[in-house]
Amino acid sequence: MKQRIRDRFEELKVAGKTALVPFITAGDPNLKTTARILEELDHSGADVIELGIPFSDPMADGPTIQASSERALKNGVNIKDVLGLVKDFRKKSEVPVVLFGYYNPIFSYGCKRFADAAKRAGADGVLVVDLPPEESAELKRELDRVGMDLVVLMTPTSSAGRMRQISKGASGFVYYVSVAGVTGARKTLKHDIKDAVKTARKVSRLPVSVGFGISTPAQAGAVAGFSDGVVVGSAIINIIAKNVDGRGRPAKDLTEKVGRFVRGLKRAIS
Amino acid sequence: MAKKSYRKVPDKGGHFGEYGGRYISETLMPAVMELEEAYKKFKNDAKFKAEFAKYLSHYVGRPTPLYFAEHLTKSAGGAKIYLKREDLCHTGAHKVNNTIGQILLARRMGKKRIIAETGAGQHGVATATVAALFGLKCEIYMGTEDIERQKPNVFRMKLLGAKVNPVSSGSSTLKDAMNEALRDWVTNVADTFYIIGSVAGPHPYPMMVRDFQAVIGKEVRRQSIKEFGKLPDMLVACVGGGSNAMGLFHPFVKDTKVKMVGVEAAGYGIKTGKHAASICGGRVGVLHGSKSYLLQDKDGQIMHTHSVSAGLDYPGVGPEHSFLYDEGRADYVGITDKEALKAFELLCETEGIIPALESSHAIAYGVKAARKLGRGKVIVINLSGRGDKDLGTVSDILGYKI
Repeated sequence: MKQRIRDRFEELKVAGKTALVPFITAGDPNLKTTARILEELDHSGADVIELGIPFSDPMADGPTIQASSERALKNGVNIKDVLGLVKDFRKKSEVPVVLFGYYNPIFSYGCKRFADAAKRAGADGVLVVDLPPEESAELKRELDRVGMDLVVLMTPTSSAGRMRQISKGASGFVYYVSVAGVTGARKTLKHDIKDAVKTARKVSRLPVSVGFGISTPAQAGAVAGFSDGVVVGSAIINIIAKNVDGRGRPAKDLTEKVGRFVRGLKRAIS
Repeated sequence: MAKKSYRKVPDKGGHFGEYGGRYISETLMPAVMELEEAYKKFKNDAKFKAEFAKYLSHYVGRPTPLYFAEHLTKSAGGAKIYLKREDLCHTGAHKVNNTIGQILLARRMGKKRIIAETGAGQHGVATATVAALFGLKCEIYMGTEDIERQKPNVFRMKLLGAKVNPVSSGSSTLKDAMNEALRDWVTNVADTFYIIGSVAGPHPYPMMVRDFQAVIGKEVRRQSIKEFGKLPDMLVACVGGGSNAMGLFHPFVKDTKVKMVGVEAAGYGIKTGKHAASICGGRVGVLHGSKSYLLQDKDGQIMHTHSVSAGLDYPGVGPEHSFLYDEGRADYVGITDKEALKAFELLCETEGIIPALESSHAIAYGVKAARKLGRGKVIVINLSGRGDKDLGTVSDILGYKI
């Protein structure tokens, strides 16, 4: 079975590099544009792509990704559409894709049906924000069955003991949430991330990607110094938000602008 | 014979059968675990229990009366109707039973800042009240639509020193206020205590809020024996999240002869899709930390709800209600806006009591049920709150200018 996530992090490790992990919401501003942005992310140096499944009540997200979800839901985007994007992307690219979302849409679709369809489409992993290990048995079982990773979250509130508990059965990579709070670009990041990432690595024996609040090439560069991956979401979504009109139509150079920004991030972490 | 399972819920992980649990972001997991530990430690602590009892009696004014509504009974023409007068609690609703309990816990945990969500504003007022009482900083999240229809309560919260944060995302009602409160909590989790107002949210909230509200049902048991020498034949309470209902039902769950009915808000009618009746009109899903019946579309997106009463205008329901429903231990029915408004007027006219619009749903069903049950039977309706806060809404509908 193909393990794109594991293989990608291993390649990067050998090369002494850090993964660039951009996040976008599927269907923001529309499915066609997302398809184009996905390709652009690939060409701009994305190592893993996090593709958001929009949800009506994104409790862990700040205003930027909330608005992004709303734009996508206005288009009626659902799981079937998201997986359609992955399927088309997979025809052109081998960049690993992690589906990122909340539990209810997945639960409503059915864990088994979701795992089968996601695997068929060519997705590699799933990250569910509101599904701690205590509740994830059903989805985990189905993802294990089809050979997909359930990416786990660790946070500034996670003790080493809790990290160990979270790590049990974890695969792919660990997503380290750099701040206690919601998603969104921040001017400064706390400096105590470094030790936590070290612990997360040691405890999980998995690559650790850091996200939440990383918005500039300089921040990305700094985090790349002590992590295996850098996740950038809201800063990219901000570019999308600024380049759609009131009716949700994208500006002609939207994709190009996203690409330019992502290439800047790539240079900063290389 | 009571089923054994009724006694055991929730399990260690906070599950009521398949419902409940902890569906929250990892950042909050240590906080809810810390809360659970603290609650376990103090709930059987003699000093905590004594302090809780003291405030309930001297500050809230408990026990509240179990009032025989003679004229309402006559007008219904059937079973005797008793009203549990939670409207006479300090702040005008049952919500304060829970906020007293939680703030005593927050103090013991050394938390300095209190946050809460509110729909009708009753829980917001009850939270602001106890925060004022104990001198803690307090911020309340409230949907802009609810701020509009519950203005007096907004002002009350401000008078009590709370900051009211308007929430204009989504449907601008209770569910969105809860999203925003959760976002605040995840950001300020180190020093902040989140007082959830219903038997909803992640474990231990549904259990803890139920336990604090169970004072309602415990009193009703005692008062029933004293008043009419037996337990009531039926209990009726409105259900949004379901804390007043759970508080009334809980001490009776094992008494299977006592029928329990939760009344959901059917809005314009369940068939119109514009309602807030999660059990009558929804299917199982996950929102705000627990698995339960939920109003959602075919893709699992949460639906906008409608009810004339802000306190019931919520797409979910406490997980233990879903459990009681599946087990067949409690029934859940819908009452429309129109029926609730009629009951509102009926109680004003027959008993001289202005009920909250939420509680009016329970009155409406209780009157129907009384007719069906017939003479010789006894129904207890939980009058969960008073209606002063709803005068604006009702006068608009009836065409009065105030």
